[in-house]
Amino acid sequence: MTARQPAHVVGKAAGRLATMGPGFGFLTVFLLVPLALVLSYTVFRRGRFGGVVYEPTGENFTRLADPLYLDVVVGSVKLAAITTLLALLLGYPTAYMIARLPARWKVVALVAVVLPFWTNFLIRTYAWIVLLNSEGPVNSGLKALGLGPVELLYTDGAIVAGLLYAYLPLMILPLYSAVERLDPQLREASANLGARPARTFWSVTLPLSLPGVLTGCVFVFVPSLGNFVIPELLGGGRRIMVGNLVRDQFLKARDWPFGSVLALAVIAVLVLLLFAQAWAARRAGRGA
Amino acid sequence: MRRHGWLRLPFWLTYLFLYAPIVVLVVMSFNRNKSPYSWGGFSLDWYGRLAGNASIRTGLLNTLIVALGSTALSTVLGTLLAVGLARHTRSRLLDALSTLPAILPDLVIAIGLLAFYSAIKLTLGLHSVLIAHTVFGMAFVAAVVRARLGGMDTSLEEASRDLGATPLTTFVKVTLPTLAPGILAGALLAFTLSLDEFVIAFFTAAPSEPTLPIVIYSMVRFGVTPEINALATLLLAVSFTVVIVAQRLTRLTEALR
Repeated sequence: MTARQPAHVVGKAAGRLATMGPGFGFLTVFLLVPLALVLSYTVFRRGRFGGVVYEPTGENFTRLADPLYLDVVVGSVKLAAITTLLALLLGYPTAYMIARLPARWKVVALVAVVLPFWTNFLIRTYAWIVLLNSEGPVNSGLKALGLGPVELLYTDGAIVAGLLYAYLPLMILPLYSAVERLDPQLREASANLGARPARTFWSVTLPLSLPGVLTGCVFVFVPSLGNFVIPELLGGGRRIMVGNLVRDQFLKARDWPFGSVLALAVIAVLVLLLFAQAWAARRAGRGA
Repeated sequence: MRRHGWLRLPFWLTYLFLYAPIVVLVVMSFNRNKSPYSWGGFSLDWYGRLAGNASIRTGLLNTLIVALGSTALSTVLGTLLAVGLARHTRSRLLDALSTLPAILPDLVIAIGLLAFYSAIKLTLGLHSVLIAHTVFGMAFVAAVVRARLGGMDTSLEEASRDLGATPLTTFVKVTLPTLAPGILAGALLAFTLSLDEFVIAFFTAAPSEPTLPIVIYSMVRFGVTPEINALATLLLAVSFTVVIVAQRLTRLTEALR
């Protein structure tokens, strides 16, 4: 018994190392060390020809308060928030309908939501250049109605349309799984107690599906905020978003420390939203 | 259903919104006219031009090399990781670390790796993209395999151990075969994600060896060319086939169980 125990313990440690060792080793070298590197860059000075000079400074952070950059951050948050709101308004009823379809059609409807998502992201964005062009189908339709042509491409609206198109499935899927799980008896109970459908929705369905709502919002908001391709292709470079700024600091201006500060700001927003999501999930779990 | 009548509008609006752009691209790829906005009759000219486009061919080859390599690596590392997390630890920190690459914005992973490669003075090339794609590919494989492990009956593994099999034998002969559908699904996911990935590749590829998404990006930046419509249609056909086949496969394996 006593002789076997050490072998058993050794076996356990060996199993741990054999299974998780390679994966976490890889993640340490190619994810944690790079992240730590970027984090450390935030407090150092930029090199004259790119790169980083290891002299501590706080000026990367104070530069973030420069109105020039603050405007970019505020503007990006605004566009990402509008996109998220539209995705929620379109996605919630859609997810709700899918959850109520017969099983066979449910699968079809869900696959149909995901299919466009599996096609190349750049091509999905390109489709909107074609659609919104001054001679494109949308403007032809508007012209036929005597309403156009209107400049649609290279506007904030075009950016929002592109972001919404890119990330709408990421809103619908978590919403669907949240609505699907709800016990129909809860709604029936609410109706039997005399609540009108609207009241049942606001006091029963929505609060219980709130974790799904927040997960969907995080899934749409975060990639929208960091996207640099859509503002460039559909915004025509008129609107710069945080993602463009980070890209430019790393690949054009070669100011890596400031680029790192901007990336850190995006991560901070992500962490904040994830905490809000976890909080809502705990609350909904207690309420149910 | 009638009670939710008003929900039908946003429901159908969603599908119209998702599919209208795709339909326009596909129709225009068969258009004889150079301008993508007026119909000049049916033609396969743009497909012919596409086949002759050397930079797309190189991009496609590079993408396939990266996707196959990173999928192989991701599948091995991710599967082992999933087994380890499910069987050998209860650490929530390790759990969170394994999903981190899937949650982090791609731009953050991209600049991190660019900084790291530059710090260790690694020459960029297809290998640097392959490693980068393994970072997130592994996380997705691990997540899919773990979902499968969660529903797995542990009594088979215990029986194998009780009958005197070594942990390695049990892993190879019992655990792996049971996990096979999950591993396949994870690998398929890692492969499609890598095929499509642009941002991380844009930061970690050498300019002389672009992947297909990088080639598409430089084409799209120059404006509207009908060749892209043809390429889009072909890529759409491939992704639609893969998704539908995967769907059939999972339903088949579920039916067999």
